[in-house]
Amino acid sequence: MSSHLTEASYLLAAALFILSLRWLNHPRTARRGVAAGVGGMSLAIIGTLMHPEIVSYQWIIIALVVGTLIGVPLSWVPLTAVPQRTALSHAFGGVAAGLVGTAKYLLWLDDGGLTTFRTAAIAIEIILGYLTFTGSLMAAAKLQEVIPTRPITYRGQNFVNLTLLAIAILASVFLIANPEAWYLFPVIVVLSLVFGVLLILPIGGADMPTVISLLNSYAGLSAVAMGFVLENKLLITAGALDGASGFILSVIMCKAMNRSFTNVLFGAFGQVQAGQAAVEARTVKSGTPDDAAELLQNANSVVIVPGYGLAVAQAQHRVREIYDQLTKRGVTVRFAIHPVAGRMPGHMNVLLAEAEVPYEALVEMDDINPELPQTDVVLVVGANDVVNPAARHDKNSPIYGMPIIEADRARFVIANKRSMNPGFAGIDNELYYADNTLMVFGDAKAVLGEIAKAITGVKV
Amino acid sequence: MSSLDLWSMAFVFLLAAFVGFQVIQNVSRLLHTPLMSLTNAISAIAVVGSIVIAGEQKSVLTTVLGAVAVAASMTNIVSGFLITDRMLKMFKERGPKS
Repeated sequence: MSSHLTEASYLLAAALFILSLRWLNHPRTARRGVAAGVGGMSLAIIGTLMHPEIVSYQWIIIALVVGTLIGVPLSWVPLTAVPQRTALSHAFGGVAAGLVGTAKYLLWLDDGGLTTFRTAAIAIEIILGYLTFTGSLMAAAKLQEVIPTRPITYRGQNFVNLTLLAIAILASVFLIANPEAWYLFPVIVVLSLVFGVLLILPIGGADMPTVISLLNSYAGLSAVAMGFVLENKLLITAGALDGASGFILSVIMCKAMNRSFTNVLFGAFGQVQAGQAAVEARTVKSGTPDDAAELLQNANSVVIVPGYGLAVAQAQHRVREIYDQLTKRGVTVRFAIHPVAGRMPGHMNVLLAEAEVPYEALVEMDDINPELPQTDVVLVVGANDVVNPAARHDKNSPIYGMPIIEADRARFVIANKRSMNPGFAGIDNELYYADNTLMVFGDAKAVLGEIAKAITGVKV
Repeated sequence: MSSLDLWSMAFVFLLAAFVGFQVIQNVSRLLHTPLMSLTNAISAIAVVGSIVIAGEQKSVLTTVLGAVAVAASMTNIVSGFLITDRMLKMFKERGPKS
């Protein structure tokens, strides 16, 4: 009887999880999605606690309490730190899969339950789980800048990485053929852990949106493998949803950078192209925040292009003040969001929503580009490569072919930067040298604050 | 395990993956960050497998491994749902014109 109840709770949970994601199709219904997710999760946990094989609840309860105690403060992080938190949670997902796979292997090794199929599923589960664990920890450390965000590369890196992975897969094949050969198990675990670290070493900050999505997908797939190991269809379903989501996001990110998966993972990006940048010293027009304010308030339409620099400077509230002041004066203000702006998919939207910019003002790249030629002023804040016109015409540029927000087509461009140092990809941006571009140097938060104040000072 | 189970699991995976692709392609691009934290919390459903391992107490080692896995998954469930809701609360429509 109780097993029917458990299965029924799983079935209902699966339906709720699908609805939960479905309701994310619009901000208006999205919170209902969270409620459905919580409902499904609670049902599944209660259904599992009725499982007849559970003889003691002591450790379960302790672990649930510990998880809650860690989880609650982790949900309070500032929104600029959401990418790190997300990477960390992929790590938790990965390690849970790895540990369950390890425990099941030990249990079945003991009671002779290791079939070929089970061993194969466990091998996939632990490889994916452990590599997601260390890979995501590395990604989190890079995002938190505990370790340098610049790509770390060395000669023969790809060869070393692929060899490690090949040995791990080979060891798994041997283990599947001889499930009793337990000594292979720790070899696979260690190789997967090391591979996870090495895989992320050459990844630079600008590639983080893709890599986080990819790790998301791996975490989902490790849950699927766990479902096959435990013969649990709910786990397979939830893992497949997570895996599909991560995969779709990775594809969107890759397209937005005009790069392939292999290129992101194995073609370290962001090494400064010395020589090319230093060829000619061009002049830029620089102005004060007051100059910028004057341009902005005389415009009919303004488009603001935010980038990671906005997040670093925590300038989202200042940009909102400018939005408010200009809107009050009848200026149409919109935000142009490039898919890879920031450090994870959707990062800019969340930051601007936090600053209470209404979401109707957030426009995607493909929708805003046709309107830019009729736009009076584009204000670029902390974005660089995503507005670099070189992507359109310079075949030698590393970002050639990447879809960009065509800021240069607007009548005027105001760009805020701390200095003239090239952006993350180490590529010079010709937008800054254009005749219709006004550079305003300084910290984004301070500069935007002064612009907002200058606009406020003028009578409506 | 019979081969029937293997195939029915493969079917579940196939169908869930297709449902996932369909549903997630319709998710608003505005909400991709909350999407990631929500799917993260949902895939922490791994907690159900870990609970059984921690609770059946077949050996000290597997009980510890199971308990750590329960804690890790529970962290994702709690922080994932809470932060998703916190972010979604911030997405507001344009208010009445003042």
